[in-house]
Amino acid sequence: MNLFAKFATLAETYRRASGAGHNPFAVAIERVVSPTVSIIEGRPTIMVGTNNYLGLTFDEAAVEAAVAATRAEGTGTTGSRIANGSYGAHRKLEERLAAYLRRKHCMVFSTGYQANLGMIATLAGPQDHIIIDADCHASIYDGCRMGGAKITRFRHNDPDDLDKRLRRLPQDGAGRLIVTEGIYSMLGDKAPLVEFVQVKKAHGAYLMVDEAHSLGVLGEAGRGCAEEAGVEGDVDFVVGTFSKSLGAVGGFAASDHDEFEVLRVACRPYMFTASLPPSIMASVTVALERMEQHPELRVRLMRNAGRLYQGLARAGFALGPQVSPVVAVALGEVETAMRFWNALLQAGVYVNLALPPATPNGRPLLRCSVSAAHESKQIDQVIETFVEVARALDIHEPEARARAV
Amino acid sequence: MSESYAEIVSAISETLKAATKGQFAITEDTLLKRDLNLDSLAEMDLLMNLEDRFDVSISLNHLPEIETVRDLAQAIEKIKKGA
Repeated sequence: MNLFAKFATLAETYRRASGAGHNPFAVAIERVVSPTVSIIEGRPTIMVGTNNYLGLTFDEAAVEAAVAATRAEGTGTTGSRIANGSYGAHRKLEERLAAYLRRKHCMVFSTGYQANLGMIATLAGPQDHIIIDADCHASIYDGCRMGGAKITRFRHNDPDDLDKRLRRLPQDGAGRLIVTEGIYSMLGDKAPLVEFVQVKKAHGAYLMVDEAHSLGVLGEAGRGCAEEAGVEGDVDFVVGTFSKSLGAVGGFAASDHDEFEVLRVACRPYMFTASLPPSIMASVTVALERMEQHPELRVRLMRNAGRLYQGLARAGFALGPQVSPVVAVALGEVETAMRFWNALLQAGVYVNLALPPATPNGRPLLRCSVSAAHESKQIDQVIETFVEVARALDIHEPEARARAV
Repeated sequence: MSESYAEIVSAISETLKAATKGQFAITEDTLLKRDLNLDSLAEMDLLMNLEDRFDVSISLNHLPEIETVRDLAQAIEKIKKGA
């Protein structure tokens, strides 16, 4: 039996993707110039698909701290914290994060993916129920499967549907873990956390919120969707990443539950992987300070987000339901989306091409993510390029105006 | 309220016809993935719609064992009896 036979359909999609010009899943960035510009095929390209929300990847102090940490402690830890030991910097970063998030406990993971995988798989075992928003990220789905819990999906951002599905679960005394995100990565819409908290309380369930796209973005202090909604006290576990607003790589989980620390010896994606290197911990520690001390970054980010969203909406594109740093343009057909994406790249604009089934409602998306580091004129150029490409490809109503959600 | 097995099969067929825009004839032997080209998301959405149709909880953990319409109908029948 050919092990690759099961990928026949996928291989065909991948081949067709290459046929439309450049393969969207194999773009080579030749040189990174700044948080918002890279050289692709020799051309300066405006990057609108980086998730670099606060533009901190080139923060001078963060870069210097990373260099200094590498010189002082080396390029890597060469192993896991449980076997090789924790560096002082691991502990320090966890303490800093816990203080920032106003949580008693915090664990740092090597990626955001592993934070979700580890937390979900460890908290909810085969006897337990996990109830997840249907549009949750792949890492959440994978965590559910890894732990072996009984998985139920509820309709995206729908508290009544969550309530209904919790009611249908057997009264078996098993644990119940609800998982949602803060800002959803594909359409940029926010979870109605106030309502979800009410449902959670009514059913005696636990609630985990993945703030990957909302950390540093929402809330006065940038703690995310739960801070903005005023319900942090009712979120049992907050999960997030260092690879977006904090400009590095890594993930974390934080909680006020007193039993939390036992996860350090139970959570396999935490235990059996190499820990974060000194350079990352150093840059993230500095970036965290920036995030805390410079709320104006969030103001700039939201101003840029509004500018892009309004500009594209005025031009007639179908967008997600809310203004957020994720601005997704929905198109009708995969082929059109591929041609559109290629034309944008040729014209010096890089966005993310997101294809079903990774997108809600089976619609292909041209997903933009805005940064505080974008200049207004870059945002305007992106809008103009979208309009020009739509005209050149002869994309009119109703396709361009088809509802994104 | 208890539907017979035949009623469950017919409800699944209706749901599948709606999901695939009526382009396939559906029998108990229809393979969800291979005959109807349902991807992983479409399979999960199907389950969600059937949960609402029968007012039961069908965890995603059943999916690996469900290949045909018959497998799905039997799983729902079993859940309904247990409920």
